[in-house]
Amino acid sequence: MSEILRFATAGSVDDGKSTLIGRLLYDSKAIFEDQLESTAKASEKRGMEMDLSLLTDGLRAEREQGITIDVAYRYFATPKRKFIIADTPGHIQYTRNMVTGASTADVALILIDARNGVIEQSRRHSFIASLLRIPHIVVCVNKMDLVDYSEETFDEVREEFREFAMRLDVPDLSFIPVSALAGDNVVDKSTNMDWYDGPTLLSHLETLHTASDRNMVDVRFPVQYVIRPMNDEYHDYRGYAGTVAGGVLKPGDDVVVLPSGFESTIKSIDTLEGPVDEAFAPMAVTVRLNDEIDISRGDMICRPNNQPIVSQDIDAMVCWMDETQSLSPRKKYSIKHTTRAGRVMIKDINYRLDINTLHRDEEATEISLNEIGRISFRSTLPLFVDEYRRNRETGSFVLIDEATNSTVAAGMILGESAG
Amino acid sequence: MSYELSHLRELEAESIHIMREVAAEFENPALMFSGGKDSIVMLRLAEKAFHPAKIPFPMLHIDTGHNFPEVINFRDRRSEELGIKLIVASVQDAVDSGIATDETGPRASRNRQQIPTLLDAIETHKFDALFGGARRDEEKARAKERVYSFRDDFGQWDPKAQRPELWSLYNGRIKMGEHIRVFPISNWTELDIWQYIAHDDVAIPEIYFSHQRTVFERDGMLLAKSEWVDLMDGEEYFEETVRYRTVGDMTITGAVESDADTVEKIIAEVAATRKTERGATRADDRSSEAAMEDRKKEGYF
Repeated sequence: MSEILRFATAGSVDDGKSTLIGRLLYDSKAIFEDQLESTAKASEKRGMEMDLSLLTDGLRAEREQGITIDVAYRYFATPKRKFIIADTPGHIQYTRNMVTGASTADVALILIDARNGVIEQSRRHSFIASLLRIPHIVVCVNKMDLVDYSEETFDEVREEFREFAMRLDVPDLSFIPVSALAGDNVVDKSTNMDWYDGPTLLSHLETLHTASDRNMVDVRFPVQYVIRPMNDEYHDYRGYAGTVAGGVLKPGDDVVVLPSGFESTIKSIDTLEGPVDEAFAPMAVTVRLNDEIDISRGDMICRPNNQPIVSQDIDAMVCWMDETQSLSPRKKYSIKHTTRAGRVMIKDINYRLDINTLHRDEEATEISLNEIGRISFRSTLPLFVDEYRRNRETGSFVLIDEATNSTVAAGMILGESAG
Repeated sequence: MSYELSHLRELEAESIHIMREVAAEFENPALMFSGGKDSIVMLRLAEKAFHPAKIPFPMLHIDTGHNFPEVINFRDRRSEELGIKLIVASVQDAVDSGIATDETGPRASRNRQQIPTLLDAIETHKFDALFGGARRDEEKARAKERVYSFRDDFGQWDPKAQRPELWSLYNGRIKMGEHIRVFPISNWTELDIWQYIAHDDVAIPEIYFSHQRTVFERDGMLLAKSEWVDLMDGEEYFEETVRYRTVGDMTITGAVESDADTVEKIIAEVAATRKTERGATRADDRSSEAAMEDRKKEGYF
């Protein structure tokens, strides 16, 4: 079982997200006394009792305004796993932060207030989780203490959510009735809900199986850096350093290098500790080949019988992240895709999506801050891509404004443009 | 065969990826080395990232002149072993040339004076990327900082104008005079660092292990006797068995009472502790709720 689990949460102050995280951290002893003391002091200064959100809201502006602005990363560990939480604000104006937090998450934690059922915000969070291909969604039906721990209420919320989720692409969906405030089913099993025989939230997160989430089939090795020591001991050494983005590489394997198309075989896979028998995602290794081929950063090593799409014309979903300008056809940007950098021109906006209703506006002429849409673009040089749903590493890219150097869009590749 | 990495190997892979990315995309990076355990682990990761080649960037030490001698020896030894250049930017030189002004009084430290010294070194050496060993679990402002942290012409961090950072795609584009602070061990915790030191048998300065030292108590911390700190009324020196959890200046870094004289014992101690390392041992972070955020905005590490 993978020892690190990355999960993303989204939510606003009153849905109990901070309390839930606070409880996970506190009950797993990841909150320290001095943090608790300074939080107590800060809460007191604001005339409040212990406000656990002050633990995560790290910036002065956030504490002053009582809101979460940015993604905060929190860490805790149990004997079974190390957890990395990307804690993001839930309001629609922070969609870009949610997308950011979701991009690396294995699990999305969605909180639903048992009294209110599935609301617009829960739909939005779930949609973002499915768009970013977070493989596991865990729905915590929270504040069960306020509905008398009613099984019927829980079942209603679950059915409502399931119905909505059928329109999304969610590989693994589970539901846990909790009370973050009272501690029911967060770390310790609730004694108030005998009708629930599933795991607590923590035990579910500890045992969640994530091994099959990574692509172990399609060998993808984007060359990041060429290592040439040029000293006496390693006179002719030429290694291609990079992080495995998919599949399993072994010495002796036949490989092809893109874009040149030259073929060779893997001579060795090196690390400082010595050569390894195989390399898989997300290992960072150095690959040597048996033939002298001209290879540089941005090239891709893969298997001759399993190659990515090589194309300059790409269709993708994008989330726009820049407040100073919008995306519109004919605009040009820098693109960063794996270790490859180039320039692209936006050809067409296919549609803009209403992320609350999933309605597609095909008349849209631009995509603005926090909006999501489907576009097609042309790149100055061929990109080696996979569908995002098949590989999150070779299927993702960012667009960068060439004048301001801001990261303006996050993109998820759908495939090569038709025609 | 299970295709799973241990948590240390996964963290290591992420850090190596970041360091290679910087080496590939920047003209003139440097690794900020304090001699503390975090920068020691970072240096070890750099060694792994470029093996069998040498690390393709120099080490940069901002030397306050108030260091533990053990740490300076360690720093010199490592740079020699690795065969990479060590650049020392001295706070004393910055004070002498008028870039920085020394604080006075018994509580004087050279913590803030590191900022102009560092910014001057960046300008002098034209660094465009600087690796730092900060971790997000250390402090709440750091919990929100990007792996690639953009700094303007004045070296300032603007927490509200951070670039979105997704997947493992890092935006290192800058204009002349700007630079990026890069934090490759952002996702490591204090415990991860210690487990890695144990697992990889990483050498660290002696002061991290339990030893006898002449100390005095101030603000609930045990500070070491040194030529740079004067006692205040009611304070007195005494002998104690201590070790350090963090390494900063002798003037502001508190020791903790400890019998832990091996890495294994330190891990047990860290796993059981109920105080963060900065909260327990750093006077510089205690001055206000936003002490770290404010210093970072000015260009601090």
